[in-house]
Parts: sequence; structure tokens; C-alpha cells
Amino acid sequence: MNRILVLAEHDNGALKLASFAAAGFAAKVCAASGGSFDFLLLGSGLAAAAEGLRQSGAAAVLAADSPGLAQPLADRCAQVVAATARARGATIVVAAASTFSKDILPRAAALLDAGMLSDVIDVRSEGSDLTFRRVMFAGNVIATVQLDGPVKCIAVRSAAFAAPAATAALSPVEAVAVDAASLPQFAEFISREVKVSARPDATEARIIVSGGRALKNAADFERLVGGLADVLGAAVGSSRALVDSGITPNSLQIGQTGKVVAPDLYFALGISGAIQHMAGMKDTKVIAAINKDPEAPIFEIADYGLVADVYEAVPELMQKLKT
Amino acid sequence: MKILVPLKRVPDPDTKIRVKPDGSGIETDGVKFAVNPFDSIALEEALRLREKTGAAEIVVVTIGGEECGEQLRTGLAMGADRAILVKSAAALDSLAVAKVLAAVCQKEQPSFVIMGKQAIDDDSNQAGQMLAALLGLGQATFVSKLELTDGHQRARCSRETDAGIEHVAISLPAVFTADLRLNEPRYVSLPGIMKARKKPLEELSPEALGVSAASRTRVLKVERPAGRKAGVRVKSVDELIARLRTEAKVL
Ligand SMILES: Cc1cc2nc3c(=O)[nH]c(=O)nc-3n(C[C@H](O)[C@H](O)[C@H](O)COP(=O)(O)OP(=O)(O)OC[C@H]3O[C@@H](n4cnc5c(N)ncnc54)[C@H](O)[C@@H]3O)c2cc1C
Repeated sequence: MNRILVLAEHDNGALKLASFAAAGFAAKVCAASGGSFDFLLLGSGLAAAAEGLRQSGAAAVLAADSPGLAQPLADRCAQVVAATARARGATIVVAAASTFSKDILPRAAALLDAGMLSDVIDVRSEGSDLTFRRVMFAGNVIATVQLDGPVKCIAVRSAAFAAPAATAALSPVEAVAVDAASLPQFAEFISREVKVSARPDATEARIIVSGGRALKNAADFERLVGGLADVLGAAVGSSRALVDSGITPNSLQIGQTGKVVAPDLYFALGISGAIQHMAGMKDTKVIAAINKDPEAPIFEIADYGLVADVYEAVPELMQKLKT
Repeated sequence: MKILVPLKRVPDPDTKIRVKPDGSGIETDGVKFAVNPFDSIALEEALRLREKTGAAEIVVVTIGGEECGEQLRTGLAMGADRAILVKSAAALDSLAVAKVLAAVCQKEQPSFVIMGKQAIDDDSNQAGQMLAALLGLGQATFVSKLELTDGHQRARCSRETDAGIEHVAISLPAVFTADLRLNEPRYVSLPGIMKARKKPLEELSPEALGVSAASRTRVLKVERPAGRKAGVRVKSVDELIARLRTEAKVL
């Protein structure tokens, strides 16, 4: 019987939507081969976040609420995840792929002597055997894999799993006791530089406007990419090239080694379409590309391609969309 | 100070990946291999720390077949002092790799380990975190800045997270994983290649290290994802808007 622990993610109490995709994975496994899942929340001051998880069909919402977990330090969090997985007899620990889960889940997996699969996009059960599909090689290869051992750790791509339908019944919230004195102290949190933005997060947005090396500086990026995003109520993203040159913050990087997104519409403005960039956005429903090079590889995957200079086409686009 | 840098042999990031017709794996014939780009960044950081602090021994290690010697030689040519090849015919998953590396660390007792945040073949992003857990050490993943402090007892790190840059202090020994912005690795020089030939390359095996390195992961088959097709070229901004509105219905 599956006993699944779903590691939920939040930002200072605000739940990440991807947590529900991880629950969607758990619900899919349970529907196919039985069992139940619990959510696990880590942090300090979790009442509101816990409340937000009660209508997704979890057997319980477990809250490890401790001042020692106020910052998501991997050594501490992984210890609590592993201890909770052991206490609940978890057969699967799952989270949605993010820097939070990538930091913590492999560490917890090793503490549990469990194998782990990253970037899982599908799961099938035959009897008690689970078969997974995962993405490798910058999205160029899909592997069908099985994982041996009594406990498995799984990181899923959030776009690949639908959130469970809301239930009328509320899952009970249970406190997980955290002995603050026993938490590891290898890491000390100093600070976090967060660019406060009124724009939605790229991983949660319906539309993303993304800019590449065509944008010559931060002011142009803000005026053209940011400007179009604001007209559409969209999120912004960028290629690695702009992050490397300091024009955009790392949190905007889309790609193999940045965020993986799958919105309804992705505008690629002055992005060539390197394989590493496409790895992060090619599951988008509709791709619109503007590039002045008619041979740019982005046109090979774009649904709508416009050969034009972004400095001319984007202002026109903004102006016409506003009217 | 001793710094251990694990390196992985992977297909060069610019090569086209082809799947074997029988789905048993990827085509390796005629494929150019390289040091995983993130591992080169990790090694570069070790080299710079040595240049800054004066004395440090840098040991590169890889797990795999004879052919991985090529990537170790590249590491030596960049400036590492010696190399270890843990010979293994089987492809190992991240946990098995971490177990082997943990055994190497027990033997070598490095001041810290710095490695790539992910290998661009498996894209797993697990081994460093698993290694830190197995050794009972702290970790800083996705590092974009690394500075040794407190007489090399601690390190101050900047980490690239989804929300932005996070600053943490980590007690040494520890495991660090490198992100893209940590540095730009140097190219190997001809004198570097000449010198590398004389540097020691030790061969070990998981058995000799006393680890059973069995993979939990069984790959049943690999395939290409359903590709996207090129759509239409629109002639104007007006046409783009019209099609996004009426045809694609996404605006
Ligand atoms: C290990 C590794 C990991 C990587 N990870 C990532 C990743 O996660 N994400 C990522 O994005 N990249 C990643 N890269 C980098 C990737 O290979 C490319 O270098 C990068 O995506 C290129 O960014 P770009 O398209 O903005 O720039 P370029 O490739 O330089 O393309 C710029 C494009 O803009 C067009 N252009 C220029 N001026 C104009 C104009 N005025 N109007 C219209 N079009 C114009 C040009 O025709 C060109 O097509 C990675 C690379 C490696 C080796």
C-alpha cells in the first residue's frame, strides 16, 4: 500500500501552487494502486499555509512548525523530512521541482537510503510496481524508469500533474514535534536578496514574456519585456545570456538549469532558441517568437514567428494591444 | 587545505543527442565528450581559491570506465594536482555515485568538496546533496559566490534560488555545488596539457573502497519526446495579434 509524503512549499506562509501538482502525483498513484498521502509543511508560523492544504484529499496535513525551521536550510529540513517519512512509514516522498526541493529532497533521500528521480512527468502502476517517465539531456530524451527499494523520492515537474479536485471534507492538521536542539547547525542563514515584483511568478503564470540577448540593458528589458508583460498581466523571464551579463536576476532564467515553465503563451523576444533554453519552455501551449534572424532556431518550435527587430515590433505590439 | 572536485564525463553541451533505434540508450558513436560544464566551474573555483590562499592540494575524481581518464587529464591540465579514477563498468545513479564519493572522502579527508550542481546528461541535481548527507556535513547548493572565512573554518556563500540570491555561512568541511555564475572556467593551455601527462592518476574500484555501488534506478527504455513543429511566419504585428486572439485564443 502506498503511503506518500508530499513536501509542500511556501514562501513565508504563501503556498506555492506547485505543491498541489505534487499532491496531484500522489493522488494519481493512490487512485491507481491504493494508499493515501499526507502533506508535510516545514517552517515557522504555518497556520495559514496548513489551512490552504486541507481541501486536497490528504489524509493529514503535517505541520513541522518551529523557529528553527524559519529559513529553509537543507540540513535541518532534510532531517525533519526523513524523520517524518520514517515515522509515517512513507513509501514515497514527493515534491515539485524547485530550488527548495532540489536542495532538500536529495539530502533526505540519502538519509533514508532511498533512490531518487528528478523531473518526473508521468507515473503508471502495474500492481505494486511503479513505472516513471522522466526528462533528461535538456529535454531531448524521455526515460522510462523503475526505482528499487522500500522508499522512493520523487521530484515532479509541476506542469505534468493536475492538482487534485477540491474536497468538501477538510484534512486534519497535525503538529509534527520538532526538537530544535537536535536540528543540525552546519548552515547559518544570513540574508536573501529578493526583487519584489508585482508581476506573477513565471512558474505560476498563464503568459510569460521572455527576453534574450537582443535586449541591450536593464532599462530596455524593463521597457520592452516588462512593458509587454504588464500590458498582458504576464510574468517575465529571460535567457541565461541576460542573467550572465547582469541585466536580469537569476530568478528569471528559464531553461535546462533555470526554471522550467509551461504556460499557455510564451513570448520569446530576441532569444535564439539554444537547446538549453528550449528545455525550459518547449512544453508551452503556444510559443510566439520575435527575432530579426529568419534562421534563428527558435522559429523551428514557435507556433507564430515574426521576423522583426524587437525594438520596433514590441512597442508596436504594446501599443496595439492596449487599444 | 585539500579540495576534492568530482568530474563527470558527459556529451559536449553543443552535440546533438540521438537515441538508439532500439531505445536502449543514447548514441555514443561519434559523440564528442567533455567535462560536465558545471564541474569545470567547480574546478575553476578550486583553482582560484588555491591562487588566493596560497597552498591547497586539488584532487579530481571520477567514476566510470577507462575513457573517463580523458576528462581527468583535462582537469589536471586545468591545474588540478592529481586524479583518481574509480573504475566501474555499470552506470551508477546519484545515490550510488554519492556512496562512492563518500568513500573517497573518507580516504582523502578533504577540507571540502566542490562539484557541479547537475550533470547535463541525467539532469538529476542530486549527487552533491546526497554526498553531504552521507558524510554528515553541511551543504551549499547552487553557489554563485564562495568565500572562505574564519581561518578556513567556514565559508560564506551566495546561492541562486528561485526567489533570488540567498547568503549563508557554512561550517567546513562541507559540500558545495556550483551554479553558472560562480566563474568562467579557464581554457586548458598547451603547457598545462604537457604538465598533466606527468601528474599522478590513481585507479581505484568501489570494491577496494569497500562500497557496494548498486544503482536503484533501472532504465527500461529511452525515447525522444514528441517534437514541436514549426508553425507559421506572420508578416506583421497586426497579424500576430489577430492570430493569437482568434486562432490560438490565448490573448
Ligand atoms: C551548461 C549550460 C547550461 C545552460 N543553461 C541555460 C539555461 O538554463 N537557460 C538559457 O536560456 N540558456 C542556458 N544556457 C545557454 C545557452 O546555451 C545559450 O547561450 C543562451 O540561451 C543564449 O541566450 P540568447 O538566446 O538570449 O542569446 P543569443 O544566442 O545570443 O541570441 C540572441 C538572439 O537575439 C536575436 N536578436 C539580436 N538583436 C535583435 C533585435 N534587435 N531584434 C530581434 N532579435 C534580435 C539574434 O538574432 C539571436 O537569435 C546554458 C548553456 C550551458 C553550456
